[in-house]
Amino acid sequence: MADIALPFSAVDTAGRREARTAWLLASPAILLMLLFIVLPTIAVIVLGFTDFELGYGSFRFVGLENYAELISDRTFRRSLWNTTVYTAIVTPVSIVLGLGIALLIESEPRGRDFFRTVYFLPVASLLVAMATVWQYLFHPGIGPLNTFLALFGIPGPNWLGASSTVIYGLSIIGIWQSVGFNMVLFLAGLTAIPRELYSAAEVDGVKSSIDRFRLVTWPMLGPTTLFVTTISVINSVKVFETVKTLTEGGPNKASEVLLWTIYQEGFIFLRVGYASAMTVVFLAILVVLMVLQYRFLDRRVHYT
Amino acid sequence: MTQTLTLGRLFRLSLLSLGALMFLAPYIFMISTAGKDQSEIFSASLSLIPQHFAYVANFTKALTRVSMQNLLLNGVIVCGLILVLQVVVAVPCAYALAKLKFGAARFMMALVMLGLLVPIHATALPLYVAFDKLSLLNSYTALVAPFSISVFGIFLFLQFFRAMPDDLIHAARLDGMSEAGIVARVIVPNAWPAVTAFAIFSVVAHWNDLFWPLIVVTNQSYATPPLGLLFFRAAEAGDDYGALMAATLIITLPLVIAFLLAQKRFVEGITMTGLKG
Repeated sequence: MADIALPFSAVDTAGRREARTAWLLASPAILLMLLFIVLPTIAVIVLGFTDFELGYGSFRFVGLENYAELISDRTFRRSLWNTTVYTAIVTPVSIVLGLGIALLIESEPRGRDFFRTVYFLPVASLLVAMATVWQYLFHPGIGPLNTFLALFGIPGPNWLGASSTVIYGLSIIGIWQSVGFNMVLFLAGLTAIPRELYSAAEVDGVKSSIDRFRLVTWPMLGPTTLFVTTISVINSVKVFETVKTLTEGGPNKASEVLLWTIYQEGFIFLRVGYASAMTVVFLAILVVLMVLQYRFLDRRVHYT
Repeated sequence: MTQTLTLGRLFRLSLLSLGALMFLAPYIFMISTAGKDQSEIFSASLSLIPQHFAYVANFTKALTRVSMQNLLLNGVIVCGLILVLQVVVAVPCAYALAKLKFGAARFMMALVMLGLLVPIHATALPLYVAFDKLSLLNSYTALVAPFSISVFGIFLFLQFFRAMPDDLIHAARLDGMSEAGIVARVIVPNAWPAVTAFAIFSVVAHWNDLFWPLIVVTNQSYATPPLGLLFFRAAEAGDDYGALMAATLIITLPLVIAFLLAQKRFVEGITMTGLKG
């Protein structure tokens, strides 16, 4: 690719050539981003204002009709509520467990690699497959979990089959699956804390391990915790695999979650316009979460 | 002092071991149940060792009802194509953003940030309509194309390239290398840790993805492992847990083995991609 240098000023030509090369190198990426991210995002927002249904030729703009329908749609409201409950359970528990396990592993030299591997294993396992295993574990009649509980005379619930417990069953699977990921991130955060801080704290009279955690570890882990929290919330909001595999939103819509509802409306009932409006709500939730994270991050930078 | 220390350590170790047992329980029961026959499974005993080994029967069922080889092959093809495309598209772009001056850099950064925010779940509806119109459903193209661009990849490589010394590139330019040559022969070899980390992230994500394959594939011959397992479940009507566990085992194994073999890389990769994502 030998370009012919035109007799302008040498610097200018070199600069222009660099810009041209840059454009050339970046153009596939730009093109694909426009095609697969920007365009579809715009399309989904536009479709949200239409009554488009797959299989029908024509569609018309209906303004905010879809959104008005959403507000009174009991399935959608149920779905938002269930997603919130699921997130409110999975996020804090998987963060606390992830941090706890990371602290235990960090302070215990023996078996460090072994434990890290074990707790991380679910992250590397096929979730759809492991969900099937959990279905067996949770089986009300023959499942090991209830058989085990029965040894102590505790009648186990019909975990995934009863509308009162299904969201907890799914949450347990969600926690099991995400703890290892959080743990690994916390482990990285813990290794990044300078050892001198602990010695300094000891000189200053911080003796108990609880104080050490409260005064050194926890504040130093701040950015990691914030990051883990954001990722965990986003991943919980996106729960889909387990619901599709195990419950399909049931029983009685008790496990109807956001992505499942969108999937059902858009790809099963083919009401693309209406499902697009739901997708816009989903996107808005993600945007709010991101903004919240940046806000927090900003405050940290300014005040500490 | 030593007494409390050992007590404390004993406590920590038992806590960790108990937790580990709970985390491993699904795998233990998976392996155990894959070897039990129907009657034993329905006797609901907690014994882990099968009374009469039904491994052969269960695995035969798992391997014959749905073509597992085909599923795994599809998984490899789809993940492989996605990864290669992502790297080939993202690396030059990230290099241009990190090391070359050009006017669109800010616009590009805005695109990247937007892309990081928008998951496939949000773009799936229009993409599905488009693929349907182009009669591309049930094809490798439909499975791969939307993921040919990884904004996350661009973001990760960008961070990595920025930290690379400019002298390296200047020296290559003085040697008369073209920019494309620089990317291929200087940048990529030096970016190997980032590429490995990204590869692990990408393969884990797409090997496990169910949402998009579920939407665009209805034909079993294009099914990826998670989707294939759903087909298998449907074919088994759910209750033949022995065969189900055998199928689960077959499908979980490749990635788990890869993880166990390269677990240090895995954890590093996830940490690196995780912390910077």
